[in-house]
Amino acid sequence: MKTRDLADLALRNLSEALLRNALTTLGVAVGVASLVAMLSLGVGLQQLASKRLSQSGLFDTIFVTPKNSFRGMGRPQREASPANPPRALDEDARTEIAKMPAVIEVFPQIRFFTEVRFQNKPYATVVVGMPDSSKNSGSFDGMQGRFFSSPTANEAILQVEFAKELSEKSGLLVGQELVLRYAERQALAPHVTDTPGNAGEPSGGFSVVPKDLRLQIVGVVETEPAAGYGGYGNARVLIPLKTAATLRAAQVNDLRDVVRDSNAGKTTYPSLSVRATSPAHVEALEASIKNLGFNTFSLLDASKSLRTFFSVFDLLLGIFGSLALAVATLGIVNTLVMAILERRCEIGILKALGAADSDVQQLVFFEAGVMGFLGGILGVLFGWLLGQALTFGTNVYLRRQNLNPIELSTVPWWLVLAALAFAVLVSLTAGLYPASRAAKLNPVDALRYE
Amino acid sequence: MPASNPAIQLHRISRYHSMGLATVRAVDDVSLSINQYEFLALLGPSGSGKSTLLNLIGGLDRPTSGSIFAAGQDIAALSPLDLARYRCNTVGMIFQSFNLLPRMTLEENVELPLRLAEIGRSERPARVREALERVGLTHRVGHRPAELSGGEQQRVAIARALVNRPKILLADEPTGNLDSATGEVILALLREQSALGMTIVMVTHERSLAEKFADRLAVMGDGKLLSTSLAKGLAQ
Repeated sequence: MKTRDLADLALRNLSEALLRNALTTLGVAVGVASLVAMLSLGVGLQQLASKRLSQSGLFDTIFVTPKNSFRGMGRPQREASPANPPRALDEDARTEIAKMPAVIEVFPQIRFFTEVRFQNKPYATVVVGMPDSSKNSGSFDGMQGRFFSSPTANEAILQVEFAKELSEKSGLLVGQELVLRYAERQALAPHVTDTPGNAGEPSGGFSVVPKDLRLQIVGVVETEPAAGYGGYGNARVLIPLKTAATLRAAQVNDLRDVVRDSNAGKTTYPSLSVRATSPAHVEALEASIKNLGFNTFSLLDASKSLRTFFSVFDLLLGIFGSLALAVATLGIVNTLVMAILERRCEIGILKALGAADSDVQQLVFFEAGVMGFLGGILGVLFGWLLGQALTFGTNVYLRRQNLNPIELSTVPWWLVLAALAFAVLVSLTAGLYPASRAAKLNPVDALRYE
Repeated sequence: MPASNPAIQLHRISRYHSMGLATVRAVDDVSLSINQYEFLALLGPSGSGKSTLLNLIGGLDRPTSGSIFAAGQDIAALSPLDLARYRCNTVGMIFQSFNLLPRMTLEENVELPLRLAEIGRSERPARVREALERVGLTHRVGHRPAELSGGEQQRVAIARALVNRPKILLADEPTGNLDSATGEVILALLREQSALGMTIVMVTHERSLAEKFADRLAVMGDGKLLSTSLAKGLAQ
């Protein structure tokens, strides 16, 4: 029989027992909806996590430290021999790394202990310089106030816990001023020795001069944007990185560098953060930076583990979602077996008139396929609506907790097509037994059946 | 008068059914030759094997042993697909209970064999009309079987059997559900088809009608062919 005639007969058969077939199709739809809703939650959560992590820069950032660093990310450091001193992480190194391919930016970590005066009361804390690119990291989403107006502004963003120390109503701090007291490094005058010819050499030492800087509080943030790897102690006052650089505040590595006299007269950094264009370039970049004589660290391996976790998570959600579809499959088998029982005589007539076994088989398959396809379309729609409802409910809850709304559920195109294909495939599989049973009907017995 | 060239030839046909430990010999070693354009009536009491024999000739069932030659082929040896094609293109069947599909209109019922034979859609309306004209029912095309009388339903069944222009028409008790007057109308219709060039095998238990309309009578009993004779109508 030609496909069009087959389709015509199948649709006619389906419309005959409309209620029963509609309920079976609804069963498939519920199964597919449960599958789609589960997977859309998995996909949504994965995208949410990936977006946050990608925005945070953890996976496209390489943390660079000199080989003589006191902090070696928990790994033992091999001291360089006196004949081959370790390379300093200075401005030259920063420029060299910045010129490497696939590097977006290289910025130093400027972080220092200091004192903040607010309403004439002193508060000890840690100040950190934040690069301008951190604005898009997601850490500042939903903050009170705003991000820095310019990369060199004399402005500060306070971490909420610190803000609470300053005032019970942390939200009212925005717009007020605080005074940053810090120790400025000032290079000492040239060193004068008894040795002839050494006059005028830079001493390599510095004096520490207390300085004040007035900063306007522009925001209060609940997250800890500067608490990423490489940080030592949570910074609670955030200022623009360029502003921090101009302060020349004494840092923990300064004394060590003076003692070693390794980098006289030049600004050195305890660490640099290198941002790559994508996590795919991180591995190659790390190797290139290591070749320059520095230690590197990235969270690429953690990213791989995260992807594995979400794959397993999606698989589990898919299995749970498929349970409802498995029940729906039994519904299809039941409906088709019942339909064949009812249409036994009709199948006998078709066979007596010349229908081949394959015609009868295809007819049943077609009916199963149509129920699967329609159930699939409805199921995707229901699944999407369920996901939207969950997102809506979650966001209502999040708003009540003063948290930002999220996109909890995502139904990508591949999920729509896969769900439709899966629904049809499952329905056709469910139709295997009834179709085979119908095809094997003996026409003489079938015609005798009334 | 029927031509002497056989349209159907049965050679030592048997059909046994197993029922528990017992074996029922529904058709037992029957040999019979049916000529082209002949109208043969198969007579016999219930359970004599005449319907089973008709089903074997129609390709609805397969013999346990023996061979059936029809349209130049041994249909007992055909594959399931070829047997379906044989049912579709070579034979037309009429049943006692009409066996029309109740949810289809008269026109759609008659069109069904054309769909199965994969006849083009453009050709179908003319073929359906031609078949309905042969049974005189062109004015009821849009009706459903339930809206027709028994005799009309049987005429639709005849139109459906004729629509693929088969060489052989098989009728299983075509008048069994009809009153005697309507039965005669139906048999007259079958007689016309035979005269137009069709071999007809009809199962009936109404000897008088068979004598009146058929060319030859074959009487069965206990699965065996007991006798064959010319019908009285023809003999007279």
